[in-house]
Amino acid sequence: MSAARTTATAARVLRQLRHDPRSIALMLLVPVLMLTLLRFVFDGSPRTFDSIGASLLGIFPLITMFLVTSIATLRERTSGTLERLLAMPLGKGDLIAGYALAFGAVAVVQSLLATGLALWLLGLDVVGSPWLLLLVALLDALLGTALGLFVSAFAASEFQAVQFMPAVIFPQLLLCGLFAARDTMQPVLEGISDVLPMSYAVDGMTQVLTHTDMTADFVRDAVIVAACALLVLALGAATLRRRTP
Amino acid sequence: MMNNPQAPPPDDSAPPAAPAPPAVHARGLTVRRGTGRSPRTVIDSIAFDVPRGRITGLLGPSGCGKSTLMRSIVGTQAHVTGTLDVLGRPAGHPGLRSRIGYVTQAPSVYDDLTVRQNLDYFAAVLHPGRAAADRRRDTVTRAIADVDLTSRAGALAGNLSGGQRSRVSLAVALLGTPELLVLDEPTVGLDPVLRRDLWNLFHDIAATRGATILVSSHVMDEAERCHDLLLMREGRILAQDTPDALRTRTRSATVEEGFLRLVDEANATANAHTHADALADAGADAKSEVTR
Repeated sequence: MSAARTTATAARVLRQLRHDPRSIALMLLVPVLMLTLLRFVFDGSPRTFDSIGASLLGIFPLITMFLVTSIATLRERTSGTLERLLAMPLGKGDLIAGYALAFGAVAVVQSLLATGLALWLLGLDVVGSPWLLLLVALLDALLGTALGLFVSAFAASEFQAVQFMPAVIFPQLLLCGLFAARDTMQPVLEGISDVLPMSYAVDGMTQVLTHTDMTADFVRDAVIVAACALLVLALGAATLRRRTP
Repeated sequence: MMNNPQAPPPDDSAPPAAPAPPAVHARGLTVRRGTGRSPRTVIDSIAFDVPRGRITGLLGPSGCGKSTLMRSIVGTQAHVTGTLDVLGRPAGHPGLRSRIGYVTQAPSVYDDLTVRQNLDYFAAVLHPGRAAADRRRDTVTRAIADVDLTSRAGALAGNLSGGQRSRVSLAVALLGTPELLVLDEPTVGLDPVLRRDLWNLFHDIAATRGATILVSSHVMDEAERCHDLLLMREGRILAQDTPDALRTRTRSATVEEGFLRLVDEANATANAHTHADALADAGADAKSEVTR
């Protein structure tokens, strides 16, 4: 791997994004608008807004980065640019780290906006440090990037890539503890939710919500999400083939 | 079969042959494509050499295996068997990646970047690091000028015409002065003036930079512009020769005519075989002398 090639790739991905202001606006504004909406949906029960709002701060970056990465890498595969890059002296790791770096940077901006708005304008009541919220959001974004990259290998078209969103993300969303506490679920489902990474993303957010300090559970959650992201990124790298079958 | 079984010296009246080992050296090269139960043999045990410093045209009808052969040479094709050496190393060797320029059939550039941004990125992959920044700027500027897109350098690739986009793709391959340029139908869909200009550029690159160029086409009139020809059909090499030698040998006025004559001969032989096989199957052993 080469740091210069990785940063060149990240800069290229961001440059591509800059030519698409509408996508930037959607990525940055949709979470903000949804949180605002949620705040007034739960106008009468601020406690509910606290718990769901904090969870969503972790889920938004995951979903956005999943979608963006799966489409972006699919386009790279179908346009022939991937074949060209792999025929050049570019390591697979350079390409993947470049994507992760670029979309990670977008995720930081997205999370800063969403977290800032939720805490200071919408009155989200968080006991712990907002920086920890941001850290979890960033790890979630990385996980989303990793999942999107991996899944794009199994999609032959943008149509299929978009359908992977409900297939990969919705089950995690239902089982992550957002709708019902995980320990109240049917035991089999609880077991499944134990191995899905989004459960730990949401749990990490809840830890920050209810504890002043960084708890042992929070550290465990953050490590698990980060490890999952790295594992899936490695799997994604394996799906980049230098050779056409 | 007409392909030369021996290595460097092309028999006929070919001008001075390549000195060093050839740029591409293939023996018994076979490529199977398709996944799972029914792999298809796309290239069937072919042998050829591409001499250094010259323009070799790879010609043949669509679907005859030209692109697969080019991918094999560049090292992006799986299931390649037999001998295939490129610039003295086995095809696909990582050390070759910066020495080969490759242009795919469909323009492979980023539509949502400008011409210059596209080239900047690919140049950064070839020559990474801040120390090479000046060199990168020079090669990018030269590559854009080579393909005559200087006035469009700031335009988004997606907003260019088809011919302009394929020239951006070609410019990427010209970055970093490759020793071997593999160009898959680079002149398809271009107007005659542009085609002539590009061919002049190819000759210029071969002459002044000493690069070897392997260029595919299914337009036979482009064959006359090559130094050497590889005629392909249905995954086999029909002939390897210079345009002059090919015309003389087939007693044809043009390469196209010569190619068609070779195809007809090959078809006649193949038909004779299948016909004979069919008869043999039917039990007509009287025809057995025709079979191989």
